[in-house]
This record gives sequence, structure tokens and C-alpha cells, in this order.
Amino acid sequence: MSSRWQGQRIAMAHGAGGRAMHELIREVIAPAFDNEWLAPLEDQARLPYGLIPPGAQLAFTTDSYVVSPLVFAGGDIGTLAVCGTVNDLAVGGATPRWLSCGLILEEGLAIETLLQVLASMARCAREAGVAIVTGDTKVVERGAADGLFINTAGIGTIPAGRCTGPQAVRAGDRLLINGCLGEHGIAVLAARNDLALQIPVRSDCAPLGGLVDAMFAAVPGDARLRWLRDCTRGGLATVVNEFAREGRLQIRLEEAALPHSDAVRGACEILGLDMLYLANEGKLAAIVAPEHCDAVLAAMRAHPLGRAAAVVGEVLADGQPGLVTLRSAFGGERVVDLLQGDQLPRIC
Amino acid sequence: MKYVDEFRDPLAAKALLREIDAASVRLGASADRPIQIMEVCGGHTHAIFRYALKDLIPPAIEFVHGPGCPVCVLPMGRVDDAIAIAQQPGVIFTTFGDAMRVPGSKASLLQARAEGADVRMVYSPLDALALAAANPDRHVVFFALGFETTMPSTALTVLEAERRGIGNFSLFCNHITIVPTLRAILDAPQMGIAGFIGPGHVAMIIGTAPFEFIAQHYRRPLVVSGFEPTDLLQSLLMVLRQIEQGRAEIENQYARLVDARGNAVAQAAIARVFELRDRFEWRGLGSIEHSGVRMCEAYARFDAERLFALSAARVADPPGCQCAEVLTGAIKPRQCRVFGNACTPQTPLGALMVSSEGACAAYYQFARREPAALS
Repeated sequence: MSSRWQGQRIAMAHGAGGRAMHELIREVIAPAFDNEWLAPLEDQARLPYGLIPPGAQLAFTTDSYVVSPLVFAGGDIGTLAVCGTVNDLAVGGATPRWLSCGLILEEGLAIETLLQVLASMARCAREAGVAIVTGDTKVVERGAADGLFINTAGIGTIPAGRCTGPQAVRAGDRLLINGCLGEHGIAVLAARNDLALQIPVRSDCAPLGGLVDAMFAAVPGDARLRWLRDCTRGGLATVVNEFAREGRLQIRLEEAALPHSDAVRGACEILGLDMLYLANEGKLAAIVAPEHCDAVLAAMRAHPLGRAAAVVGEVLADGQPGLVTLRSAFGGERVVDLLQGDQLPRIC
Repeated sequence: MKYVDEFRDPLAAKALLREIDAASVRLGASADRPIQIMEVCGGHTHAIFRYALKDLIPPAIEFVHGPGCPVCVLPMGRVDDAIAIAQQPGVIFTTFGDAMRVPGSKASLLQARAEGADVRMVYSPLDALALAAANPDRHVVFFALGFETTMPSTALTVLEAERRGIGNFSLFCNHITIVPTLRAILDAPQMGIAGFIGPGHVAMIIGTAPFEFIAQHYRRPLVVSGFEPTDLLQSLLMVLRQIEQGRAEIENQYARLVDARGNAVAQAAIARVFELRDRFEWRGLGSIEHSGVRMCEAYARFDAERLFALSAARVADPPGCQCAEVLTGAIKPRQCRVFGNACTPQTPLGALMVSSEGACAAYYQFARREPAALS
């Protein structure tokens, strides 16, 4: 990038299709993502069909990212835009391969901010082993967006034999999570200026493809890993409710087993939030056949993104289908329901 | 975590539960004729459900969930007025998060925001004052809610606005006071409550003396309690021991925070800024004498009620609601006609379904969905 972009801001001309837009794409955006499929800058990426082995499936997903503020401890909207879509592919058993990147820029956005976000996307893509191969850029008038919105779509390949879903879940199955709850939610909350709290929490934002590969490798064979989901918006509670509803079984969580940091717990105590509902960006919940639970847990703990992995619940044999409960440390049990909307802090 | 885990120790809880069980047996209570103990404060209701204490105490003891959830008891007419203020041109309307979803007669503040009103969530009234300082061309209104627990912080914010000469700031005051409402509950004809778990954070401000009338006039024990599970179990045991020994006293389990005289500085700030209203309307309980405060004449320029022309219309509670019967322990939430069908957390009709601290919302959210018990 030449120094002439320093101190510049996004103007309507950068989305108008003319010289300014071409320069932005060729000098700022494309160099960040440099790869052989993007390089021709055609209207589409042309991908090698032969990479998909026989018996495998394609996985295809899309997600839009609108976080405020754009930058927070442990990541930014760019790390989210890559990790979020990569993780949606990975928890389907897919090896993530290609991403698209749609940028909606607000007039007045500092080019430095855009560069920082693009660098984060490039770094995360390298970590995740994916290439950003096609994209689009639009500019909207000041006030019509919150700085920068990103949409990414992703394609991955699912190797033969990785078959997960609600139909595979059985009574007695175990529920596992790969680490501490709520770090992303609290990091974003702490980054908002309206909260006069210094909370030493970094977002857990990370691509989970490698961890998922390690989990499948630990228990090769059909339906031993029953079902995987990443615990993003709505947190672990929401994902486990989806498991229980789709699987038509009751799941019971053990409060004492839930991995968490004191910083997140302290923030929840002060603000009246429940960490079960806080967002994560590098956490997955897995339902695993009981006889393979130890092997999967060991594989998770051996991976850098699963060191605090734990068994946090069980699918009940005689429960109420669709219900999620939580057993407290004293042995009391309560329902963990879906939230009505956002989690709102309590008055007192 | 220090200062938290000590109060959530399962072994301590088990020991307390054994003593509670023994006391209930000695008192001759049974599941058919349970001893009703009211926890006054919404924070206590929340903790009882969060830690599933209801499942752990003997069936011979029944928690009756009191009116101490300020969001729940906010009448619809006041929410309508809040929305009317928020819709004025130039106004930034600020509120605590859990008041956003409280339904008025037509909409909630959350819906009003979607329709264009500038409604913002704040964590403290001082955040609202900072917004006013940063936006001198706008008028910032703070939706002041809560019992004596939150009154000092709003009072001090008004004093700070006065000191800094910030003129584009006002309060829409809906602060309420619990004591007259406890009296109203104790005077209710079906009242079967044998003892009270008293509100710890209100007592932190006002002290324990204002509750003495409950022991002296109504001969009921009250134990001011902390909010952790072992606090609540210990307080429950203290209430049961008083009943067993034929005592009716105001005791203080929350001595690590609550002093008999309360917080003099906070009381002085409250007295300077606020004065008692003749009456205030409570959702589910009706109009209660001296149960709310408004801003004193001296601070009229910070009073949104005086600055904006409000309809102050009284909106009747929806027909079918049995909140008053739930609040006095006459029925359990699940026995209400509209519980779980017309009235859910998504579409709350009654006060107690509105906030997560409301008894009905807590039942809906946290309790096992066993079939409704026949009354």
C-alpha cells in the first residue's frame, strides 16, 4: 500500500464504480487477500472442481457482521467475519476452503480502520487455511451504516464419513464444550464506552477447523461425534436448546462443570448477566456418544483451542423432549429456556 | 471467586437445609398446609429460582413472591407517559435495560425506539447526565425507577446536575417505597403470610427500623437478608425459629452490609431531592397511599413530569390478571387464569410476568413445567 492512503477516509466515490473504486480495490483490498483465485479480479472466482473427492459433500454458508464497536480486545469485525463463517463450516464437519467478502463501507470511515480490519481478515484466513477469493464493495452515505458491515460466504468440503445431526443423538450422550464461556460477549461489552468498567477479558474469536479435525480424528467412524454447533449469539444456552428441540430429548447441564474465567463471572455478577447466554466466537458444543467421550475430550484438551474443554451435560433417557435444565451445585434443578430477546442488565 | 463462593457453598447450604427441614417438622407444617414466607424483594425471587431453592426446601414451606420488583409494578400509564416524553423532538430518553421491554397500553420503549424515538440504555443515571453534557442541544431525560436502593444515585445525579449547571437534564421520577405496600399486603383479607424475608438492599439505605411495625403491629417476623443462596436459607431458618419460639422481631441476617440506621448520607440526598406523593399507582396492586416519591419544588426544573405535558392517564390492569392474588400468596403463579396462555414473557399482561425478577416470569423461565396444581 502506498502512503497516499494514510489519513484518508472513505468517500462516496469509492463505491461509484469509477477510478476511485478501482484504486481502492486494487491498492487496498485485493493486496490484503492476495491469492491465485482472487488475482484475476474477474466478476467471479473460478475454483478447481477436482479438489472435491468422491463421497464428500460441499458445505456452503453465509453470515453478516455488524458489531459495534468495530475493534475490541482480542479481535475486530474482520476476525469475526472470517472466524464466524469458517466455524459455521467447521461444525458441519467441513474443511473450510474459500470465502467471499462483501464490504459495506460508511462514508467517512478511516482507511486505517479498513486496513486494520482487512489485515485481521487476512491473518485469520491464513490461520484457518482458507482463501478469500471474491468480493464486493459498496459505500453508503454517512449515517446509513455503522462504519463498516461485512458479509462473508464460505465453501468447504465435508470428507466422507462425517455425518452429524439431530437424528444421531441418543439418550446417554454427553455434551462437551471446548473452553470458557462468554469471553466474546464481555469483551465487546467492555469495549463500549458507556460501561465504566475495566474488565480484563479478550474475545475468544478463533477458527475452529483444526480443533474439529482433531475431534473427528480421535474417533474415526460414523456418528461417534453426534452433533456439533458453534455457540455464538445466544451462547451455550441457545445452542443446547436447539439440540434439545431438534433432537426431541432433554439435556441437563451441570453448573459446577461449566468452564469460565473469574473475570467473566465477575462481570456477570456485577451486571446481572447470565454467562450461559453470552456470545462466544471460538467455542463449540459437541454431543458425543458416551463410550467415545473420553477420547474426544482428550483430543480437545490436546488442542490449543480446547485446553479448558469439559463435559458439561448429558442427554437424559427419561426427560421431557425439548427441555434444557441446569443442575446447580446444591442439586437443585431449573429450566434453561431460550431468551425472549437480548439479555438486558437488571436494575438492582 | 472470593466473596462469592463462600456464600454458595453446597455443604453450608445442606447443613442449613437440614435445620430448615427439622424446624418445619417441629412446626407441624405439611405440603397441604404449608407455612407461607414472603420474600419481598425481586432480587430474592430471582436468586430463589436461579439456585432452584424452591426444589430444595421442604414442601411444607412455600415462598410467596413479593412486590419488590420495581419494573414489574410500574403501571402501564407511566410507561405510556415515558414513551410520550421519548417521542418529543430533541429528547434523548435514557433508561435501565430491563425497563425497555415493559409494555405500556400500546407499546414498550423498545418498540418506541424502533418507531424512531431516541431511547438509550444506560447503566447509571450519571451516564445519562454525561449524555446531557455531551449533547447541549438535546434534552436528556432519565427514567428514574426503583425503591430506596436506586433513589440515592438518582438524587445525587440531580445534585450533580445542579452543581455543574447542566440545564438540559431531567428525571421522569417513578421511584417507589416498599413500606406502605407491605402494610397494604398485611391488611389484605386473605393474608396468610407467616413471616417475611426482608429486602437487603433497601434496608442498606433505610436501615431496619422502618420495618418494626411489621413485628409490633402485625406480629410477624421479618429477617433482612442478603442475596446469595446461603443468605436466603439462613434467613429462612431465622424466620422459622422466630415462629417456633413465638417471637415476632426484625432481625438482620445481612449485617455485613446493613446497619440498623441505614446510610445517613444516602437518606439525606433522598430527603433533599424527593418528597412523598399522596398516592402512587402500582401495577397489580392499585393505588397505594404514600407509596411513591416525586421531586421537591426546589428541583422542579429537573422534573420531567413538570417540564412535559403528560396525560397521566390511569390505565386499568388487563382483565383476567390475578397479580394481586399471587402477590398476597392466595394463589401460585401457575394457578392464574392467564399464566402461560394469554400471559407469557413475550406478551406479558400482568406485572409479574414483565421482568425476570417477577414471580410469574421466574416461574415461566426457570421452574419445571409440571402440570398446574389444583387449588
